[in-house]
Amino acid sequence: MSEAASAKQVLFEPIFKNNPIALQILGICSALAVTTSMSVTLVMCLSVIAVTACSNLAVSLVRAQIPNSIRIIVQMTIIASLVIVVDQLLKAFAYEISKQLSVFVGLIITNCIVMGRAEGFAMQNGPWLSFLDGIGNGLGYSVMLILVAFFRELLGAGSLFGYALMPVVNEGGWYVPNGLLLLPPSAFFIIGLAIWALRAWKPEQVEAPEYKMSRHTTKEAF
Amino acid sequence: MEHYISLLLKAVFVENMALAFFLGMCTFLAISKKIEAAVGLGIAVIVVLMVTVPVNNLIYNNVLREGALSWAGLPNIDLSFLGLLTYIGVIAALVQIMEMVLDKYIPALYSALGVFLPLITVNCAILGASLFMVERDYTFGESVVYGFGAGLGWALAIVALAGIREKLKYSDVPDGLQGLGITFITVGLMSLGFMSFSGISL
Repeated sequence: MSEAASAKQVLFEPIFKNNPIALQILGICSALAVTTSMSVTLVMCLSVIAVTACSNLAVSLVRAQIPNSIRIIVQMTIIASLVIVVDQLLKAFAYEISKQLSVFVGLIITNCIVMGRAEGFAMQNGPWLSFLDGIGNGLGYSVMLILVAFFRELLGAGSLFGYALMPVVNEGGWYVPNGLLLLPPSAFFIIGLAIWALRAWKPEQVEAPEYKMSRHTTKEAF
Repeated sequence: MEHYISLLLKAVFVENMALAFFLGMCTFLAISKKIEAAVGLGIAVIVVLMVTVPVNNLIYNNVLREGALSWAGLPNIDLSFLGLLTYIGVIAALVQIMEMVLDKYIPALYSALGVFLPLITVNCAILGASLFMVERDYTFGESVVYGFGAGLGWALAIVALAGIREKLKYSDVPDGLQGLGITFITVGLMSLGFMSFSGISL
């Protein structure tokens, strides 16, 4: 990759082409649990983008000094410190949302996106590119999360960001909310379908089947 | 006693780590292609959870909690903001120690667990259980039971998923859904099944 073109590539590639959730199987835990409403999801996304970008930057800055054998612990410490900052900021300025996110802010530490990018990208690349890579992967994660949250909140509660768009029956409106979408399993279905859609659009991401079915041999039947 | 049993059942079924809270999903999806691997990973998770949750409980109650340092003559110190850093440090250190102890004394189990032990450090089910333990203010005894139950529930879920996936590879799945896509939908259906437990009040 040439240095000039790659900054843009590094930033935008993870959004659709190499999406952390749909293709790299990273960071799925939080993607499912925090997507019942748009505002909570948005806060979570911003936190993840900030943590990924800053941890990539920090890891990349000290990458020459880290002895190989203890690199995981060093990365963990950097990430955990950043997450503590985010957690304290949320508790100070957005207490309600931080209550709803409960343990999931803390779980950004073990969010594989942060760790995976620190290990896979920041250890080999310069600070500026690593910073962009962090933002790019954070954005890829956010796109997926916001998509899921959009469907879950709109169809599950008839609202977006807490504003009622489709008045629900209980409050005298016409929309019968689909309660299933507020329950955990729906997130799996939405992500599964989203992956299907993404792969129909970009067929090179399709995984090869483990077991090919043999062709039907009894031609006489037709 | 009854309290502990209901806590155990709740941790295993009603609040299943993998299928109700989506913790440890990355490893859950990545290492569920073969039943043997899933069983090994499940056992490793049970063991690690059973050790780390109680240890973190002791640390939280005796060092980090507001006023917990009064035994050292420092009653006004609240170190709970250091929680995350401490828990992850404890988990990483314990996994490392366990690896060494198993290697020395129970080599059979060590080689069976193989690469899964170090992987467990970054499994969010482990950290998640410690955080839930703090949030719900469990006592020491409760934390032991909770750690075991949470691990058992997770192991149960991954073994079940691996069983389904071993059969699933012979089915004719649309191209775009192949692999990850169909796994997500399968897990969604399993999660629906586990939801039926949520009506049980203990």
